[in-house]
Amino acid sequence: MNAAPSPPLIAIRELSKAYQRGEQRIPVLEGVNLEVQAGEFVALMGPSGSGKSTLLNLIAGIDKPTSGRIEIGGTDIATLSEGELADWRAANIGFVFQFYNLLPVLTAFENVELPLLLTRLSRGERRRHVQAALDRVRLADRAEHYPNELSGGQQQRVAIARAIVSDPTLIVADEPTGDLDRVTGAEVLDLLEQLNRELGKTIVMVTHDPKAAARARRLIHLEKGELVPDEAPAGA
Amino acid sequence: MFLLRLLLKNAFRHRLRTLLTMIGLVVAICAFGLLRTIVDAWYNGVEGTSSTRLVTRNAISLTFPLPLAYADRIRGVEGVSAVSWSNWFGGVYITERNFFPQFAVEPASYLALYPEYVLKDEEKKAFLIDQQGAVAGRKLAEQHGWKVGDQIALRGTIYPGTWTFTLRGIWDGADAKTDESQFLFHWKLLSETTRKRLNTNADYVGVFVVRIDEPDSAPLVSQRIDALFKNSRAETLTETEKAFQLGFVALSEAILVAVQAVSVVIIVIIMAVMANTMTMTARERLAEYATLKALGFTPGFVVKLLFGESLVIALIGGGIGLVVTLPIAAAFAKAVGTLFPVFIVSPLTMGLQLLASIVVGLVAAAWPAWTMSRVSIVNGLRHVG
Repeated sequence: MNAAPSPPLIAIRELSKAYQRGEQRIPVLEGVNLEVQAGEFVALMGPSGSGKSTLLNLIAGIDKPTSGRIEIGGTDIATLSEGELADWRAANIGFVFQFYNLLPVLTAFENVELPLLLTRLSRGERRRHVQAALDRVRLADRAEHYPNELSGGQQQRVAIARAIVSDPTLIVADEPTGDLDRVTGAEVLDLLEQLNRELGKTIVMVTHDPKAAARARRLIHLEKGELVPDEAPAGA
Repeated sequence: MFLLRLLLKNAFRHRLRTLLTMIGLVVAICAFGLLRTIVDAWYNGVEGTSSTRLVTRNAISLTFPLPLAYADRIRGVEGVSAVSWSNWFGGVYITERNFFPQFAVEPASYLALYPEYVLKDEEKKAFLIDQQGAVAGRKLAEQHGWKVGDQIALRGTIYPGTWTFTLRGIWDGADAKTDESQFLFHWKLLSETTRKRLNTNADYVGVFVVRIDEPDSAPLVSQRIDALFKNSRAETLTETEKAFQLGFVALSEAILVAVQAVSVVIIVIIMAVMANTMTMTARERLAEYATLKALGFTPGFVVKLLFGESLVIALIGGGIGLVVTLPIAAAFAKAVGTLFPVFIVSPLTMGLQLLASIVVGLVAAAWPAWTMSRVSIVNGLRHVG
């Protein structure tokens, strides 16, 4: 007897997003349907304006759809209020941005600690979690450094540590290697792969770079706001 | 704790900008305090009045005297417990620049009516028995370096001739609001000398100072006194000492309103400068606020960050402004001498300086905080690229 298939972590149904500019309606996503299983590493690719970043923003709960459902871990986040969404993001989403988005006045340690300040963890527990996250990205020795004292690759690794420190359900990465040279970008991708493989983290990554996309286990193309059929990445 | 640490770090991120804004605040809050103190100093004569003292003057004008004979009749009015009198002397000490108020008074009754002029017993006795004697307030004596026993010559302007007095005492004010810039001498000397020099009847006084038993009876006693002299050749106008002093202040009310308006304008200007600083700050950090919101921090947290940072800058700048007001006010008081008999930064003014700093901080952050709390995360993050 076969076991019942587990429900997808991300289930998107008839998702549409359009922007209103004056009287003009500009559609970005039209009737998108997508499922992502827990533990997947998905790359979203597509030309500029295809809607891949918009889709990532909607999945991350930092934007609201015009219509459709986005269920993440069984919660339809399209129905949550702003306050509920903020709490939901804090508990479920780890962000990796193209330009790292670290707070320049905080040390690497303090930047990684940020998401934990929204939890009930004690100071000691927070410290342990932050150290573990910095160990994972091999930056424990740079904990007291400020972002401007770190290279681009190191800053992105701090951002990754910040993304995983609260053990989120899902990591969303928007062009994580877009601001890095080839070698440093490869190191960051190694790290994301490790997180997926060793910790079983579900990752949805937007990228322009076919080499970056090749690191993912699944490649999704978007064109003019619509999904084109799935394909396995070249390197998979 | 984290919020406090973050907003303190943010406040000093652009050190030059923060420093310049703080300098602006120091100047504005200090200027605000000094201008308010000037207005307070102007009103000090009013503040230092007693509710149990009335002043009776000629109903036509203060420049018209009243007969000394009125004193006994006023003393007989129900509710009056003591009467004294004084004349404005208007003499010049060395040069016109050394202006200070001089009054010819009936010494025993006058000093009894003004217990806030605290004289040593032996100095008081010496003054009372020496018709050529005079007493001066501590501030006035210190300004001119006078000591007890010094000879002080005044050149009369209203009463011609040179008038030489022996300083018999220096009084201290009972409190900080007591005017210590006055010079008092015997009315009898003025009267007798004037009679001799001008061969006229000199039994006239400028004003009567009347003590009443009950402050509440002031209107009634005033009416009774004025009724006594109704239809006489010198009708009287009696009012409380406060109303009498306010009459002088009213002469310069337009200037005082202008000074107060300037003090408010200064605060409005620094508010605009500070608001500009906070708006620039917020715009530069748009992506950071968006990042915080993406991580799960609420828009309210961003609002707290901006208000907190603005208040930190405003309170540090305003606090320094408040502190430097005190020595500047002291130096100013020394420089202007007896022009302002009492020039003290009052607790109320210090409170208003603090309040102005807080208001500047809050108002300056209001618009950027409102804008930043409403900007969408997606738009904020786009600001990076």
